[in-house]
Amino acid sequence: MDAGLRFFTFASPPRFYALSGALLPWLWAATALFAAAGLYIGFFVAPTDATQGDAYRIIFIHVPAAWMSMLLYLVMAFWAAIGWAFNARLASMVARAIAPTGALFTFLALWTGSFWGKPTWGTWWVWDARLTSELILLFLYLGYMALVTAIDDTRRADQAGALLAIVGAVNVPIIYFSVKWWNTLHQGATISLTAAPKMAQTMLTAMLLMTFAFWAYAFAVVFMRTRSIIIERELHTEWVGALTGRVGGRGSRT
Amino acid sequence: MSRVFTTIVARDLRLAARRRVEALLPIAFFLVSISLFPLGVGPEPQTLRQIAPGVVWVCALLAAMLSLTQLYGTDHADGSLEQMLLSDASGWTIAMAKALGHWIVTGLPLTLAAPLFGLLFGLDGRANATLALSLLLGTPILSLLGGLGAALTLGLRSAGVLLILLILPLTIPALIFGAGAVAAVEAGLSTRGHFSLLGALLIASVLLAPLATGAALRIATE
Repeated sequence: MDAGLRFFTFASPPRFYALSGALLPWLWAATALFAAAGLYIGFFVAPTDATQGDAYRIIFIHVPAAWMSMLLYLVMAFWAAIGWAFNARLASMVARAIAPTGALFTFLALWTGSFWGKPTWGTWWVWDARLTSELILLFLYLGYMALVTAIDDTRRADQAGALLAIVGAVNVPIIYFSVKWWNTLHQGATISLTAAPKMAQTMLTAMLLMTFAFWAYAFAVVFMRTRSIIIERELHTEWVGALTGRVGGRGSRT
Repeated sequence: MSRVFTTIVARDLRLAARRRVEALLPIAFFLVSISLFPLGVGPEPQTLRQIAPGVVWVCALLAAMLSLTQLYGTDHADGSLEQMLLSDASGWTIAMAKALGHWIVTGLPLTLAAPLFGLLFGLDGRANATLALSLLLGTPILSLLGGLGAALTLGLRSAGVLLILLILPLTIPALIFGAGAVAAVEAGLSTRGHFSLLGALLIASVLLAPLATGAALRIATE
């Protein structure tokens, strides 16, 4: 316990449990704060768009959700791969905890996109390259979750899920570049790291604030879910036994 | 290595020949499900011609998926899968041989039967040839990717439906470019782009899918 901070310090479930427990209130506070600021600027300060009117304001949910949906898939595949390659239990648990949040953001991106498409494109849905590949991303999340819950053996479930997540990661670049590769109805990226943003400063501020809110939310929820998975899987250990008030774990000899 | 490969392929073909009716079931499913579309959509020749490539492709996709659930099931049940994995052959060789065996038994007959349905749906000669060629390039991709799904879901209770949920999203590019090639011919455009992409998908699947399948088999039998 006194070895100081090493690379794998927080790969131990009890330490991660303590750390995430300490971080959780801050993450929730950050979520609320960023979301309140982002929504206020987005709805009251940002100017009305010249061509789209007020309908464009859904961008403040839509774009951050779409970013998170892709990013979380890569993060999930990364941790699943680490868990598989190094037999790191916690990494596999984190991967499993990310999946429902990622699926939620994917669904949110599709849902808000549909709400945005109705007033601007005049249709709820088009079979456009980006929309279709985002839908496939949702199926990949669902497939991952279905596979890991269908396998009873935890170890095999984690490894098989990791393999599937890595295979599915091929889809993420396809989504990201779909608007460049295929010239379709969905507009191209407005924001890039290399060029000046093609939107008003306040709009950009609101969108970035919402992105931070989503980040904080994702961290908070994933940590909470990881904590319950840890408790579930480590139920036989002594520290969980001490935590839940039972003297000694289920499998301990004390 | 190549001896193991040919042995597995020959064994799978012999097994299929011994259980002929069982091996032909996916083809029967393909034929029956395709015949449902004119009944459901209506017999207008114009509509049928338009939907023909998509219908044939989707039915081929589903027939391949349905026939894949048992690709490794019986080998796993009688222990021969463990023996294959214990041999000095790589996972890639085993998975590739199994996928090839599966393709010869289901993918190839599907490809051969497809032009017949093209005729029934009113496709002309060129479109029909394109359809057959796109299936010839595309069905091996289905067998290869489906093998991965079969290995991942090996021995699970709901393996059949789960395999379809896992693998169908991955087969969408093959479906798009396969059916797209026929649509391009109908529209009088060049099919080169579609066939190049299908070929690229096939090469990528041959290189990568058996690797992943081999890893999945080792996970499942560990």
